[in-house]
Amino acid sequence: MFVIKHSLALLYMSLTVLVLLAGVQSAVAKDAVPMSEDPEMEAIVNEISDELRCLVCQNQTIADSHAELAVDLKNQVRDMVKAGKTQDDIVDFMVERYGDFVRYRPPVKPSTYLLWVGPFILLFVGIALLMRNLGKRKGSTNDKPLNDEESQKLKSILEANLVAPKTKNKAEGSQP
Amino acid sequence: MIRFIMPLVIFIVLAVFLYAGLSLKPREVPSPFINKSAPDFQLQKLDNMNELFSNKDLLGKVWLLNVWASWCVACRQEHPLLVGMSRNGTVPIYGLNYKDAPSQARRWLEEHGNPYELSVVDYEGKVGIDYGVYGVPETFVIDKQGVIRHKVIGPLTRAELRKCVLPVVEALEKSDQVSVAVLSEVREACSS
Repeated sequence: MFVIKHSLALLYMSLTVLVLLAGVQSAVAKDAVPMSEDPEMEAIVNEISDELRCLVCQNQTIADSHAELAVDLKNQVRDMVKAGKTQDDIVDFMVERYGDFVRYRPPVKPSTYLLWVGPFILLFVGIALLMRNLGKRKGSTNDKPLNDEESQKLKSILEANLVAPKTKNKAEGSQP
Repeated sequence: MIRFIMPLVIFIVLAVFLYAGLSLKPREVPSPFINKSAPDFQLQKLDNMNELFSNKDLLGKVWLLNVWASWCVACRQEHPLLVGMSRNGTVPIYGLNYKDAPSQARRWLEEHGNPYELSVVDYEGKVGIDYGVYGVPETFVIDKQGVIRHKVIGPLTRAELRKCVLPVVEALEKSDQVSVAVLSEVREACSS
């Protein structure tokens, strides 16, 4: 139950993220406010912060967010970078405390398989349905020439329709 | 026939997913701390800043760690419940005063009552980060070996206390070696 709940949550989350992605992109560019003197280190801090989800404002990374917790976490990241920790160390540190949820990109593991594979499954189901429907439509059309009976029937229908407008015209014309 | 059934099936699938979505609590991030050792801290006591207090002093006891702050509005909501619990002596509650001015924290306790055996000052919120705190109030249930066994995010309610927290505390107090299976059963029952 938990696993289903979890991956469902991730699924919703990622859907929301997808929807918001366009907006976020511009926010990322704006937000790189250097907070330490060393711009090179700040770039690393920002890069790592961009991988971590702000837990208070869940569809932002801590690089984007100005929430107090995000600022604290960014400071934590900065301290750890200063102490010479690698990106993996820092992400592990955060995951240990806040769970996988803190990663802005969900990891690929059994509880997130549905999340990663789901869209492709849907795509293939869609393509399969489309192919099947197109196949059916092709089978339903008939390219054989008409046989005698059919052409006789067609002729009579056409004649009836060709004659009818004439009589109709006459009837209309006869009225004043 | 399929033409008419398919939209219905799609609708039902969507409805089921959306309905399940209603009961999700995206703010409640599953804590990776359950069944892990509580991170160690050594912090100043709120009522006597010259003294330090460490969570190691509480080994051998089942206790609650309640993260609170005077600026936290939701803390007021759960506060009367905590005060009641301390009056009944249900389970010792220790406070982690999170990113708060100690003077304001002390005044807040005077005003609203003090349910804590003692509170420690986490002025910078570093211990908060260690405990994965992201929404105050949060309450951790910690067992005799210093292992976190349960976590409540947001204000504790009477129902949650009765359904989850107290049964977990009871199970922990009963035996020194609680099997994780029994405990997760208790927790499973309370989360549904």
